[in-house]
Amino acid sequence: MTTWTTVCRYDDLLPERGAAALVGDLQLALFRCHDGQLFAIGNQDPFTGAWVLARGIVGSRAQRRTVASPLHKQVFDLRTGECLDAEGVTVPVYEVRSREGMVEVNVT
Amino acid sequence: METNSGRRLVVVGNGMVGQHFVEALRERDVDRHWQVTVFGEEPRRAYDRVALSSYFDGASPQSLDLVASGCYDGHGYRLHLDEAVIAIDRAARTVTTSRGRAVGYDELVLATGSAPFIPPVPGADLPGCFVYRTLDDMDAIRAAAQRATARVGLVVGGGLLGLEAARALRLLGLAVHVVEMAPRLMPLQVDEGGGALLRRLVEELGVTVHLGTFAAAVTEAAPDQAAPRLVTLGDGTELPVDLVVFAAGVRPRDQLARDAGLAVGARGGVVVDAGCRTADAAVHAIGECACIDGTVYGLVAPGYAMGSVLADRLAGGNAEFRAADTATKLKLLGVDVASFGDALATTDGALEVTVNDPVAGSYAKLVVSDDATTLLGGVLVGDASRYAALRALVGRPLPGDPLAMLAPRGDGGVPGGALPADAMVCSCHAVTREAIDTAIAGSGLTTVAEIKGCTKAGTGCGSCVPMLSTLLTESGVTVNKALCEHFDCSRAELFDLVRVQQIRTFSELVGRYGRGRGCDVCKPVVASVLASLGNGHILDGEQAALQDTNDAFLANIQRNGTYSVVPRIPGGEITPEKLIAIGTVARDFDLYTKITGGQRIDLLGARLEQLPAIWRRLVDAGFESGHAYGKALRTVKSCVGSTWCRYGVQDSLGLAIALELRYRGIRSPHKIKAGVSGCARECAEARGKDIGVIATENGWNLYVGGNGGFRPRHADLLLTDVDTETLIRTIDRFIVFYVRTADRLQRTSSWVESLSTGPGGEQADGLDYLRSVLVDDALGIAAELDAAIERHVGAYEDEWAAVLDDPVRLRRFVSFVNAPDTPDPSISFVTERGQPRPVLLGLPSAAVPAPAVPASGVPAAVPAR
Repeated sequence: MTTWTTVCRYDDLLPERGAAALVGDLQLALFRCHDGQLFAIGNQDPFTGAWVLARGIVGSRAQRRTVASPLHKQVFDLRTGECLDAEGVTVPVYEVRSREGMVEVNVT
Repeated sequence: METNSGRRLVVVGNGMVGQHFVEALRERDVDRHWQVTVFGEEPRRAYDRVALSSYFDGASPQSLDLVASGCYDGHGYRLHLDEAVIAIDRAARTVTTSRGRAVGYDELVLATGSAPFIPPVPGADLPGCFVYRTLDDMDAIRAAAQRATARVGLVVGGGLLGLEAARALRLLGLAVHVVEMAPRLMPLQVDEGGGALLRRLVEELGVTVHLGTFAAAVTEAAPDQAAPRLVTLGDGTELPVDLVVFAAGVRPRDQLARDAGLAVGARGGVVVDAGCRTADAAVHAIGECACIDGTVYGLVAPGYAMGSVLADRLAGGNAEFRAADTATKLKLLGVDVASFGDALATTDGALEVTVNDPVAGSYAKLVVSDDATTLLGGVLVGDASRYAALRALVGRPLPGDPLAMLAPRGDGGVPGGALPADAMVCSCHAVTREAIDTAIAGSGLTTVAEIKGCTKAGTGCGSCVPMLSTLLTESGVTVNKALCEHFDCSRAELFDLVRVQQIRTFSELVGRYGRGRGCDVCKPVVASVLASLGNGHILDGEQAALQDTNDAFLANIQRNGTYSVVPRIPGGEITPEKLIAIGTVARDFDLYTKITGGQRIDLLGARLEQLPAIWRRLVDAGFESGHAYGKALRTVKSCVGSTWCRYGVQDSLGLAIALELRYRGIRSPHKIKAGVSGCARECAEARGKDIGVIATENGWNLYVGGNGGFRPRHADLLLTDVDTETLIRTIDRFIVFYVRTADRLQRTSSWVESLSTGPGGEQADGLDYLRSVLVDDALGIAAELDAAIERHVGAYEDEWAAVLDDPVRLRRFVSFVNAPDTPDPSISFVTERGQPRPVLLGLPSAAVPAPAVPASGVPAAVPAR
C-alpha cells in the first residue's frame, strides 16, 4: 500500500544538505541534491547507532549520489541505502516526492 | 520550486556563444533536468565566425561547424534552424517564432549576437554593398567577386573585422582598398608604432590603406566605366570598385528585448547582472547582445565566459562574470598582430619598452609599471610568437629584463618554465599553466591534441597552442596530487585556482576544474579555502553545503549525536563573572563540563536544537565562538608571565591574548595551536605547538612546527630575540603561507618538514627557506601575505552571534524539520560523578562489522577527525 505523508515544504530543505524528519516513530534523513532531486533514507548511522545521517556531507562517488556519515565518514548510496565503504551494510530507503511545493514520503 | 520534471529552457540564437552555453549546460545537466529548445535563424547550426575568411581559403562550412556531436540527440536538447524568435511575451512566458509557433519557457536565454553596423553612407543600400557577418554574407560576396569586372573591392573599416574582410577579398582575387577613419589601422588594439608597421606590411601585400578619412558616398558608375560602383571618400578621392564591404563594427541585437520592455544599455545591449540575468529573473542574455556592467563585449572569449557563468547559474551555482580579458591575437592578411593588457599605456606612470625592427618586419612593445617591475600589457606586430607567454605574465613581476624578453626570434623568448603555476595560458577557456601541467601529469598526456581534449586549452582562439607544446616538452614525471575523485589537483593548487580565478562557489570550481558533485574530502577543503579568502559567513549560500559536520553546526559532534560547545577564553584568562556565567549555562541546560588542554571550558551534551539558546546566553555574557569545531586557530595557551611570576621576563599572557584575538576564526588546512611562555621554563609548553613563543631577556624566540597528539614533535627555532612587532609580522606570514600551500589535513609539523625536500627530492634547509620567504621576502609575496592577514582581522565576526542575528541561518538548528522542538528520542543521559553521561546507543539489527563501542564507561579510541 502506498500512503504519502506530507513532511515539510520543499523550500525547508537546503540545497545539497540533509534534514532529519520525524514520521510517527520513524526518524528519516531527507536530502535535496544540487539539481533538486530528493532522497530519503533512515537517519540512523549503523556504525555508531547515532541518529545523525541527515547531518552528513552530500556528494557523489562515480555516478552515485551519496552522503557521508558525520561521525566516521562511511559513505552511503542515497538511492539504494547501500554503504559503499563496508560490504553488506545498508540503511533503509524510502520513496519521496515533491508535490505542489511540499515534500511527501511513503514509509509504508 | 519545481523538482523532478524537466524545466523548459528556450535559447534564442545558435551562434558561437549560444552553442557554447548549451554545451556548458549539458555538461552540468547530467540528470537531464532541463528541456532545452534552441532557435537559430540561420539555416546552419553554430559555426566559427571568427575564422570566416578561411571560407575563401578552402575551408568548408563543415570544417567551421562548432556543434559537439550528440549535443542535440533528441533527449531533451532540440535545435530548430531557419526559425527566428520574433517576439517574447514575458507575462505568459512564451516566445513566438517566424514559423508562427508559440513556445513556453521557464527560463529564456537571449544569445542573439550582434548585427553589422552600416554607417549612414548614401548608396550603402545599392546592390554590390555587403556586410561581413554570416556564411550567407560570404556566399553573396563570393558571387559578386565572380562577376567582378574591374577586380577591385573596398572595405569600410580598418579594425579587426575590416582587416579580416580585406583578407577575404584578397583570397577572392580582388585588389583591396581599406578605409579607416582613425589615423592608424586597428586603433583599439595597436599603438602608433605598431600601426605604422602594420600599414607597411599590409600595403606590401597589395592592400591600399586610406587613413583619417571615410566613405562619403557610394554611387552607380556610368555604364561606360570598367567598374560598376564609385566610392567617394571624405577627402574627395574617387575609387571605382566592383563591391563594397561594410566592416566598421557591430551593434548588439537587442530589439527583441526592447520590444519586450527589458532595459538596454546606453550603447545598446540587454542589461544583465553579473549572473547574466535581466531584470526579469526568467530572462538572461549572453554574448554580444548583452550589456554587462555597462560594457558590451565584441569578442568571443568574454561571450564564452558569460555562457559558462549562466550554465553554472542554471545548474544551481552562483558563478559571476568578471571584467574580461580582451587580449587579442590574430593573423591579419598573413601579418601577426597581438595586443594584451594595457596595450595603449593608459596606466599612470606606465613605461614603454619598444623594439622596432623594420628589416625583419616586427614591432614589439611592452608596457611596464613605473618601477619597471610589473608587466602591464603590450603590442606585437609581425611576430607574435611570444604572445601566449607574455599575456600570461600581465600583472605579474617581470621574470627578466624587458628588452631581453623582446629579443629577436631565435633565442627562445619566454620559456614555459618562467610562467607561474597560476598563469592563465588559455584565456578563452580559463586554463592555467598548473591545470595543464596537472592534466599532463595526471592523465599521462603526450600530445597537444590530448591536452586540448582534456583541458579545452587551445580550442578557443588557438593562440596558446605553441605554449601548450612548450609545456608538454618541459614537463617531467610529476606525482599525482589528486585530492579525490572529483579534483585532480592538490589542496595548494586548488587554493591558487580559487584565489587567482576569484572563484566563489563550489559549483563553479567543480564545474571548471573538477567533476561530479564532491565528497566529504574535497568539500571541506573548498569550504576552508573559500573561508580563507573571505567569502562571508560559512553557513551562507552554497558554502553551507560544503562544511564538515562540525563546521556545519559550529559545534563538535559527539558519539551520541549531541554537541560540545567551547567558548573562546583568550589566553585562558577569565573573570569570575564569566566563570559564573559558564557555570549557570551548564547548570540550566544540564551540560557536562570539563577543563580542556587549551585552557578553556568544554560544555558537552547539547542537543542540536539547543545550540542557539546556549550561544545566546554565552554571547550575552560576553563570550564568542572558540572555533573548537573548525580547522582553524584553536587556542593560544600561556602562563601568567612577568605580571605575576617571579621568573617571568615578558608579558606572555598579554601577548597570548593579542595573538588569539588576531588570528581567531582563521581557516587553515588543519587546526592551529599556539603557546606563549614567559620564560625558558616553558610552562605554556609552547614548543609542542604549531606556533610557539618563548620570552627572552631581549624579546621573543619564535618556534614553528611543533605538535603534540598523534606524532609529537618539538617546534624548530625560527627567530631569536626579536621585538614584538617583528614577531607578529612573521607569525602573520607563517600562517598565511601555511594556509595557502599546505596539503589537506597537513599539520604545520609535517608541512615544515616538507619544506626540507626540494622538488627533485634533494635535501635543503627548510627553516632557512622559510626564513628567506617570511623575513627576507625571497618570493616577493610578503606584502600579499600581510594584506591577507589584515583582511582577515578586518573582516572577523563571531560566527555564533552572526547565526543568532539571522533567522535564515537559525533555521537549520532544529531536531526535525517537521517537529523543530521535539528532541531526538534516542538521546538520554545517566548521572556519573555528579554530571550527565550519555547512555550508549543500540546498533540496528543489521549485521555491522564491530566498531569500537565501549562495553561500559571505558572510552574507546575514536580517531580525531
